[in-house]
Amino acid sequence: MFRQGNKLSTSISRLSTLASRAAGVRAKSTLPSLPYDFGALEPVVNSEIMTLHHGKHHATYVNNLNAALEKMSDAMAKQDYATMIALQGAIQFNGGGHLNHSIFWQNLCPVKDVVAPSEANPELAKAIEGQWGSLDNFKTEFNTKTAAIQGSGWGWLGYNKQSKKLEIATCANQDPLVMKGLVPLLGIDVWEHAYYLQYKNARPEYLKQIWQVVNWKDVAARYEAAKKA
Amino acid sequence: MLSLLAAGGAEAFSAFAPSLSAPKSLRLRQESVTMSSNDNPMSRRAAVVVTAGLLGSFLAPKESKAEGAFSLPALPYDYKSLEPYIDEETMKLHHDKHFNAYLTNLNKALEGKPAAKLTDIQKEAIKAGPAIRNNGGGYYNHALFFKEMGPAANSGKPSAALQKAIDASFGSMDKMKEEFNAAAAKRFGSGWAWLGVTPEGKLAITSTPNQDNPLMEGCEGQKMIPVLGLDVWEHAYYLKYQNRRPEYITNWWSVVNWEAVSNNYEKFAAKGIPVEVV
Repeated sequence: MFRQGNKLSTSISRLSTLASRAAGVRAKSTLPSLPYDFGALEPVVNSEIMTLHHGKHHATYVNNLNAALEKMSDAMAKQDYATMIALQGAIQFNGGGHLNHSIFWQNLCPVKDVVAPSEANPELAKAIEGQWGSLDNFKTEFNTKTAAIQGSGWGWLGYNKQSKKLEIATCANQDPLVMKGLVPLLGIDVWEHAYYLQYKNARPEYLKQIWQVVNWKDVAARYEAAKKA
Repeated sequence: MLSLLAAGGAEAFSAFAPSLSAPKSLRLRQESVTMSSNDNPMSRRAAVVVTAGLLGSFLAPKESKAEGAFSLPALPYDYKSLEPYIDEETMKLHHDKHFNAYLTNLNKALEGKPAAKLTDIQKEAIKAGPAIRNNGGGYYNHALFFKEMGPAANSGKPSAALQKAIDASFGSMDKMKEEFNAAAAKRFGSGWAWLGVTPEGKLAITSTPNQDNPLMEGCEGQKMIPVLGLDVWEHAYYLKYQNRRPEYITNWWSVVNWEAVSNNYEKFAAKGIPVEVV
């Protein structure tokens, strides 16, 4: 049942886009399809989590973002600055949630499709080694910092365009990494909804396992794009 | 410390350990010791030191951080007692893992620090830094939370005094729940919703992020003494409700124990005192 769901949700989102275009309202943001089936990341992240995470949590961010953007465009038309300012929280939460999860689905891939950073992009592998000594050291520091996030948030590998260096950063709630001045390359969601059904309170265990489904090809592509931008 | 004690008499002792509530019989003994010693300052000091030592070794007040620091309060009911509103597995994890982790980390953060009342720790928590803010808050919040709930059959209703205060601030119980539910649903990310008594003596509702609570100086939202709190961290509801937080919130009211909440209100918050939870 879960495996078929992804195709259904894609169809529904396509239909709603068409419907809203027909109504003369431009749909602002849409739920991107998962690049794989809900069960594809088993046994690292189970299909129940993927179904809820994509179909409910991410979908809700998209819906709430669109609602906030509609109110924002009304307020902009009326030059109602008070309302525009009041809406910023909703846009940060839901826009951030949409951005972050859109990156996340691409950052992950089935175990069988995973390649090492050195195979994905030797430049990236070299940069990681240069920064942290080894890939393992990088993962250890990433996991330590990410596990330590209080409450909800994300751990990130980001690119600093000023220093041209890789950095590990964490963000609270759905704050997008751009708020820290970095280009997002790899994000790991540590909101409890990302792991609780399978790992319960054992966030460090989830962080240990998640590396088995990190799509270094995608991380490398973002790295290349960030360097050029 | 000795110079404090040398200041003389009962005042010195209470300066040394203001939070220790010595049983009446011991207190009388202390006074008689100081009175019966002759008026030589040296022997008065000695008397105070001896008494303080005796009292210190006797008392292990649960509120203060004594030698063994804080401990995990047992659940006042069975793990499955809040079914079907809160599931057994969540209660086991929430109490034995999450609550326990805050306790362990709080004790670690307090190592080597002078003894303090848990409610005083709350007041200074934001200034004290992330370890005490998150774990001191987490420990207090969960202690309040588990104590204020109980089996649905025993939910009962607010005391007359609490009901009066609810009606005065919100108009009715239903209106209070509506406002509370909205605050709980709107809290983005992890946090808590609270019903409490403001410095003006009125009931109000607020919410805080992560493990903050309204006792903490500098916290977000309305300053108040909480009498009822709802955990809206995902771990509090995800196994049973998944993303459906509003459904969790609505169902949770069935396991609120109004006797406990009324007690929190009448014995503490209405008197301007933070609720003692351990």
